[in-house]
Amino acid sequence: MGKYFHSVQLDAERCCGCTNCLKRCPTEAIRVHNGKAKILSERCIDCGECIRICPHHAKRANSATIEEIKKFAYVVAIPAPALFGQFNNLDSIDVVLTGLKKMGFDDVFEVSRAAELVSEATRRLIKEDKLKKPIISSACPAVVRLIKIRFPELCGNVLPLFAPIEVAARIARREAIAKTGLKSEEIGVFFITPCPAKVTEINMPNYTDKSACDGAIAVSRIYPVLTHTMDHLTEVESLGQSGLMGIGWATSGGEAAAMLGDKYLAADGIENVIRVLEELEDEHIRNVDFIELNACSGGCVGGVLNVENPYVAQARIQNLRKFLPVSLNHLEDGELDRMLWEKELAYDADIFRLDKDISKAMEMMSHMEGIIENLPQLDCGSCGAPTCRALAEDIVRGKAKETDCIFKLREKIQNVYDQLKNTI
Amino acid sequence: MSNAIHLHYEVSGEDFTRAGEASGAVKKRLKSLGFNPDAIRRTAIAMYEAEINMVIHADGGFCDVDIYPDRIEILLSDHGPGIPDVEKAMQEGYSTAPDNVRSLGFGAGMGLPNIKKYSDEMRIETTIGVGTNLYLTVKVKT
Repeated sequence: MGKYFHSVQLDAERCCGCTNCLKRCPTEAIRVHNGKAKILSERCIDCGECIRICPHHAKRANSATIEEIKKFAYVVAIPAPALFGQFNNLDSIDVVLTGLKKMGFDDVFEVSRAAELVSEATRRLIKEDKLKKPIISSACPAVVRLIKIRFPELCGNVLPLFAPIEVAARIARREAIAKTGLKSEEIGVFFITPCPAKVTEINMPNYTDKSACDGAIAVSRIYPVLTHTMDHLTEVESLGQSGLMGIGWATSGGEAAAMLGDKYLAADGIENVIRVLEELEDEHIRNVDFIELNACSGGCVGGVLNVENPYVAQARIQNLRKFLPVSLNHLEDGELDRMLWEKELAYDADIFRLDKDISKAMEMMSHMEGIIENLPQLDCGSCGAPTCRALAEDIVRGKAKETDCIFKLREKIQNVYDQLKNTI
Repeated sequence: MSNAIHLHYEVSGEDFTRAGEASGAVKKRLKSLGFNPDAIRRTAIAMYEAEINMVIHADGGFCDVDIYPDRIEILLSDHGPGIPDVEKAMQEGYSTAPDNVRSLGFGAGMGLPNIKKYSDEMRIETTIGVGTNLYLTVKVKT
């Protein structure tokens, strides 16, 4: 493994080298070379858009297998609230939670419980006026990684609290230790994840050196076993301890609504998120205290590792929330301090800049602008770079050549042909 | 300095939603050049404000941007009506923007004051009925 862990991986056998993922990637992190897509590790934010778009299913998300839970003496499942939207005719989340216990987990702890704690902590921090406004949610790891590599001025606006998964994993682990008397390493905590970005966050966390989560199992991987188990339950335990506020985090706007104020904004879908971040950086968005951003359309229910259509899942979540109390989880003394980041979010300047030395970078850019003028500006992707500008950048970085452009190649061949014709 | 990067953009006066294309493109380039984030932010904000002004008041124009390692120089030029009273236009809250523009949230009378605030040097050349040239410099703090 290199410097970066990524959940999103290429299945080279299935990849036919088409331009679908290339054009869709929001950070221009994909190139097609020698007929196969290649992910530029340092630029990938694991948003999963390439998994969503690939017609050949050549992109996949690495996540933990169900077998892995057997390595631990005691295992706690911490399901994302999006999981509850995946089942038809579900009256209560207790059915899902009981199902998880029956299929092999010793206990469950809903991430939505931690979400309520994060909401309460955020409200408290806003009230104390301790944070730089507008505050950007830290819940979507793809968004946080995007800010880290592309929006230097906004790193200081990200909410310095752990995302609910990490909070849930820590509390679940603590409670499991107290309950069983086992050592921490004997306890496994597994997140049931709707998206690859969260798998990455667990393996290479932004705000701490080591996540309290041992792994993440994709919703789509656990779904067949879990539905089967749920269909054969003889009794349903009363396990759910989330209010409507926590469950609401599954969909876009849920976290923002839990701020209980009116100066908030919620955007979803990676392109919309980028637009909001650009405008925030230019200070065009004013009079907003809190900004919720989700890389997936619809919020976490739109994650690529779910099985259900995000809008259907959203409707089901609304229904499940209807009769629940507002919030069932409240901060204990000292809890907020335990949720604070252990590491600051630092801008990674090296990802997009051409060179450390500005003069050198300027030379490269002048060269680039010259190359672009000669390219057809069709952004066709046939060269293996997403746009003509990206190809020009690859050329000045020494990673591609002008004749990778099929139009330039054709021109060159034509010239050679004309010359030969004249000499004969 | 010989290795300046020169960029030129036409700013269309027809479409409001396109205002910001030039400043957005400049911002992107400054980021790939690895400029100090503060200089990038100030350039983007000052230039966007000026672009919007050109669209609202002058039916568009053009921008010339020269990027040097230690500064960014911007000229925004239009053939609009000119600014009758520059001193007044520099006052916070003073605006001559029409109502349809105000309803979009612009025209708060902060354009020129903000441009001045975010840039290090600002100079206006304006002639009634001929147009306005706005020169801006953003210095890169090292």
